[in-house]
Amino acid sequence: MLRQALAIFRKDLESELRTRYAVNALLMFVVVTISVIVFSLAGEVLTIGAMTGMLWVVMFFAAMSGLSRVFVAEEERGTAMTLQLLASPMAVYLGKLLFNIVLVLGLNALIVVLFLLTMEQFTIRQADMFAVVMLFGGLGIATSTTIIAAIIARANTKGTLFPVLAFPVLLPLLMAGISGTNIAVEGGTWNSVWPDLQLLGSYIVVVTTVSFMLFDFVWKD
Amino acid sequence: MRVLANNIGKKFNRRTIFTALTFEAVPGEVLGIVGKNGSGKSTLLRIIGGILSPSTGSMQYMLKGRSVHRDELYSMVGYVAPYLTLYEEFSAMENLQLYARIRGMRLSRDDARESLSRIGLPSDRRDPIRAYSSGMKQRMKLLFAVMHRPPLLLLDEPVSNLDSDGVEAAYGIVDEFRRQSTVIIATNDAGDIAHCDRIISVEA
Repeated sequence: MLRQALAIFRKDLESELRTRYAVNALLMFVVVTISVIVFSLAGEVLTIGAMTGMLWVVMFFAAMSGLSRVFVAEEERGTAMTLQLLASPMAVYLGKLLFNIVLVLGLNALIVVLFLLTMEQFTIRQADMFAVVMLFGGLGIATSTTIIAAIIARANTKGTLFPVLAFPVLLPLLMAGISGTNIAVEGGTWNSVWPDLQLLGSYIVVVTTVSFMLFDFVWKD
Repeated sequence: MRVLANNIGKKFNRRTIFTALTFEAVPGEVLGIVGKNGSGKSTLLRIIGGILSPSTGSMQYMLKGRSVHRDELYSMVGYVAPYLTLYEEFSAMENLQLYARIRGMRLSRDDARESLSRIGLPSDRRDPIRAYSSGMKQRMKLLFAVMHRPPLLLLDEPVSNLDSDGVEAAYGIVDEFRRQSTVIIATNDAGDIAHCDRIISVEA
């Protein structure tokens, strides 16, 4: 199963490098959103809470604009049935999840770099803690958006349905992520961020387990 | 692979596609499924292939005396259909290698070239298959359906878009596979029907 999943991941990666379906949309979204934020602030000094809130807003909506592509593209190109005939549902889910993890971690890293470059007030006092929160946050976003993408891929209004379904599912992750990021940016202790990391870790385990149980029903009729 | 359909029916929402179909397909024979347009031939083929589940009744599969679960079917089915789409951003060679990789098969470049040549496709073209004609794509679908030597071969209008050489190649595959596998063809084409040993009719 793992070999099949890796083959599907490689297929998606090669296809993305060739077609740039998700990457172009995501890059445009990130650059435009951060530019709008920078221009609208016009040098105004924000609190750390507001800055990290904005960072997570950009990460959330960037994920909403690109992460559904893994399944939506298969439906739109008509290759979903081909994939159903080629690989087991678990291998498909794992391959797609791997692709979304790589995409979301790369994307979040880019967003953080752009935030650091464009916003003078945004400095990270605990870089290692910040990296761990971002890693857990990214994994959480990837796990939940992958299963939601599979659910909405066959719907007519998939563009609207994706954020509508994703928001309540991602809410606990967003709250813990924002809180953990605040602590890392302010230079808090590992003890103070531990509850947020526990929540993020539990979220990833629960969503991944539920996804593995649900995916067979979602993927097949 | 022995395929048993027991009183199966299919509904989409409230629309009944077909009801109470009972039949059996066994290795060594070619079973034809005929019926008017919209009668549910393709839907029936999807149910047999495990892509759809029947609304009523049940499907059973036996291979070498062992019952096969629907979840295992993907590795045992070869499927050709006009609505099946290939990865059009990749070349024929890349598609072939991709399919082999996902199926866990070892396929050297020379093997891939030979397979493409055998089905009458150029092995040296590097352009994406979106540039291929519909007949060439159909030949590729035939190749992908049989490359893992499936015990169950499902063909939905297998000769659509094919020229005379392509039709000959498609029937060559049917004749080759009828000896060792179960072949089921959904069609209304007289040439396809002539290659079937037994016919069942689907009616709404």
